Amino acid sequence: MSIVKTKVGRRAFIRNTSLASGGLVIGFSWLNSCKPKEAAKIVAMEMPKEWFQINGFLKIGDNGVVTIMSPNPEIGQNVKTAMPMIVAEELDTAWKNVLVEQAPLNTDIFTRQLAGGSQSIRQGWEGLRMAGATARTMLKQAAADAWQVAINEIQTSEGVVSHTASGKSATYGELASAAAKLEVPEEVSLKETSDFTIIGTDKKNVDGHQIVTGQSLFGLDIQKEGMLIAMVTQPPAFGMKFKAIDSSKAESMPGIKAIFPITVYPEGIKKQWSDGGAVPEMVAIVGESTWQCMQAKKALDITWEQAEKAEDTAYHNRELDNLLNTKPASPARADGNVEAAFKNAAKIVESTYSAPFLAHNTMEPMNFYAHVTPEKAELLGPIQTPEYLELTLAEVLEMPLEKIDIMMTRMGGGFGRRLYGSFGVEAAMISKKMNAPIKLVYTREDDMAQGTYRPSYKIRYKAGLDEEGNLIAWHVRGAGTNDDLVFENRFPAGAVDNYLAEKLSLSTNVTTGAWRAPRSNFIAGAEQAFIDEVAEAAGKDPIAFRLELFDRAISKPVGDTEKNDYDPERYAGVLKLVKEKSNWQIGDNRGVAAYYCHNSYVAQVLDVTMNGDTPKVGTVHCAVDCGIVINPLSAKNQIEGGIIDGIGHATFSELTFKEGEPQQHNFDRYRLMRNTEAPEKIETYFVDNGIAPTGLGEPSLPPVQGALANALYKATGRRYYQQPFITDKPPLVG
Amino acid sequence: MATFNLKINGETKKVDVDGSTPMLWVLRDHLQMVGTKYGCGIAQCGACTVHLNDNAVRSCQLPVSAVGEQEITTIEGLSENGDHPVQQAWLEVDVPQCGYCQAGQIMTASALLKKNPTPTDDEIATAMNGNICRCGTYTRIRKAVKMAADNS
Repeated sequence: MSIVKTKVGRRAFIRNTSLASGGLVIGFSWLNSCKPKEAAKIVAMEMPKEWFQINGFLKIGDNGVVTIMSPNPEIGQNVKTAMPMIVAEELDTAWKNVLVEQAPLNTDIFTRQLAGGSQSIRQGWEGLRMAGATARTMLKQAAADAWQVAINEIQTSEGVVSHTASGKSATYGELASAAAKLEVPEEVSLKETSDFTIIGTDKKNVDGHQIVTGQSLFGLDIQKEGMLIAMVTQPPAFGMKFKAIDSSKAESMPGIKAIFPITVYPEGIKKQWSDGGAVPEMVAIVGESTWQCMQAKKALDITWEQAEKAEDTAYHNRELDNLLNTKPASPARADGNVEAAFKNAAKIVESTYSAPFLAHNTMEPMNFYAHVTPEKAELLGPIQTPEYLELTLAEVLEMPLEKIDIMMTRMGGGFGRRLYGSFGVEAAMISKKMNAPIKLVYTREDDMAQGTYRPSYKIRYKAGLDEEGNLIAWHVRGAGTNDDLVFENRFPAGAVDNYLAEKLSLSTNVTTGAWRAPRSNFIAGAEQAFIDEVAEAAGKDPIAFRLELFDRAISKPVGDTEKNDYDPERYAGVLKLVKEKSNWQIGDNRGVAAYYCHNSYVAQVLDVTMNGDTPKVGTVHCAVDCGIVINPLSAKNQIEGGIIDGIGHATFSELTFKEGEPQQHNFDRYRLMRNTEAPEKIETYFVDNGIAPTGLGEPSLPPVQGALANALYKATGRRYYQQPFITDKPPLVG
Repeated sequence: MATFNLKINGETKKVDVDGSTPMLWVLRDHLQMVGTKYGCGIAQCGACTVHLNDNAVRSCQLPVSAVGEQEITTIEGLSENGDHPVQQAWLEVDVPQCGYCQAGQIMTASALLKKNPTPTDDEIATAMNGNICRCGTYTRIRKAVKMAADNS
């Protein structure tokens, strides 16, 4: 048992006593109207007559039922199940007695209500445990007071407080009223990890029943009294801006209420980073139904004007190639002397890798509900960054933060797209103009063509080997559109004497941003494919070659070890585990890769066969070190999803541009992986080391692209350098 | 505008809409049945899948005027209490991640099992190919369809 001060997020534990007897502490009554009426069906428990708010994270009913708020946005990473599991663990209640609710944005109570960087669990861990432990301590204190015994003689288990010597016991429900009146303790004890009964056990998705029965959960599902549908038409190409509109034909179409140009971001407005992809001016269409708005949108006659350069994919590629041939003014990191080492090398390997722009393509297109009146703004919808949306809304609506309420819905995917919440700002500005509640809906075409894309990338690696096949020099130079790509302090930095990392960025008016595992989603695959080539040139087994490098980084790390951004022992650990579990041997149609990102370590082995020109992945073995696994069931789901996502995009997907216009607007031309193309089987193995939990939503995606490229080489004799692999036609090697 | 009497989930529903309106938007906007999802609008992603009689169809490409007397089943009407073998298998396998495409996946799977109660692995994957899942739940979808076939 460890004793901790309750200072982290202590605001969350300070009760508002006026609310202590029943009712939600956070007054989002208008959200209840969109709760499915069938919800009660899934609650196979009696609802309490009275609730007692213990702290901002939880309330306890008089019958022992516990409602736990899930603070962070849910995008499919399953934090809505995992975060409450952590609270329930330290509260020491039975999971079957727990109800989960999505918390609204409330910066007074919660910290970092953001879905991004695979950080919800890692950064929420301490505060969530404390929320549960604080409540448990208060329940114990309430019992100690009632029974006139010392609190340290009291135990808890599955929602029951007991005192062995006197034989007394009481349920949390019986004690909740008294506990809610107590002062918040200054310090609380946390459980030993070995005493966990909920963390580390399989728990099904708390929204599972609503999902499989088609109940209202997502932003696009919102229906409100008097609500109108809004759509927007943004410039058709990057580099263009709005000039004029003739909406006479569209305005007279059935169900159409208004069509108008709108400045969403007035000049001089202070933007947040989350406004990255924002277009300042566009055309809004408001009507009674979605279909009517779609028809009117097609009938608009809008004149756009060229404001900036119209860029093509060929231009981006040419400029990225130029950057790869440009020596930057200063390196990102330089250890030893690579030039001298290359001169002395027995063998040199050099390869260049590339990847296209990618759209996020969340299955649920962007949308948001807004009702803005002079008095207040209510917003409801799918957003990964509600805190930042609120800050921008305060600017554009010229309204204080306390008059703005934001509630997050479950999201039909995020992958980074919903970090950039300009659609929420658009919804608010349209509602304000209409003086009516509206739901802004993007069509799939809007969604794909108005993205904040994964940048396109090119990277060149050069490695030098000595006579014994030891890696003596490593040079990496990477370039990306609006992104300089290289993580200079990650592997193999620290494992090679002569190391040079250089990075360059190409400025483009195509909006780019975070896409699941930013940068890593390309660089991991490139690096791990290159290492495979280098290992082959060294005449060594690819796993043995990597382990040699980790041994070097462990025993005699190169350069400023403080800078090295990975733990070589944990890195080697996942490689050894996947080697054992996959019965690794060279000669199969198999590839291996390992990578570290989002504070977690992943190693994969996969096999592939060719079906004509299309690769078909058989089994993927995946070893993961993400510290303590909260919910193994959904953790496996995250790993599987990342692997399928990574293989699918590396194999099939790309977004190209002609005169600034995306050439793919829907799934007829933008190819996403489909069921028959997915791996046959994925086996996931977690390292059990008791370390505090780290990221899970992203880390399995990046390396799998390298494992795939390496397996493809074994299957075809060709090294695949250009994503998507389906369009790459590399020559036979040798 | 015209009046249509539609047979949906065993009930008759009356709507006044333009005859060209796709069933997807009749369900979602006019009947407040939002379980059927909008994903692409061009029959490429399968999120809007419903049953027309016993066939899985893309409701985004089905004008309301073409429905006539045919029976429509949506995710809300697949079972009384969410206990259709496919729904149960989906929960048992914990298929969903974000969950958005899953109603369409379930409607495609349940139509498959009606026609072919004992599909092979290949038949399952091929039948599910019209439904995109961006989260990558494909392997669990196949497992759940197999489980539902075994349990029905």
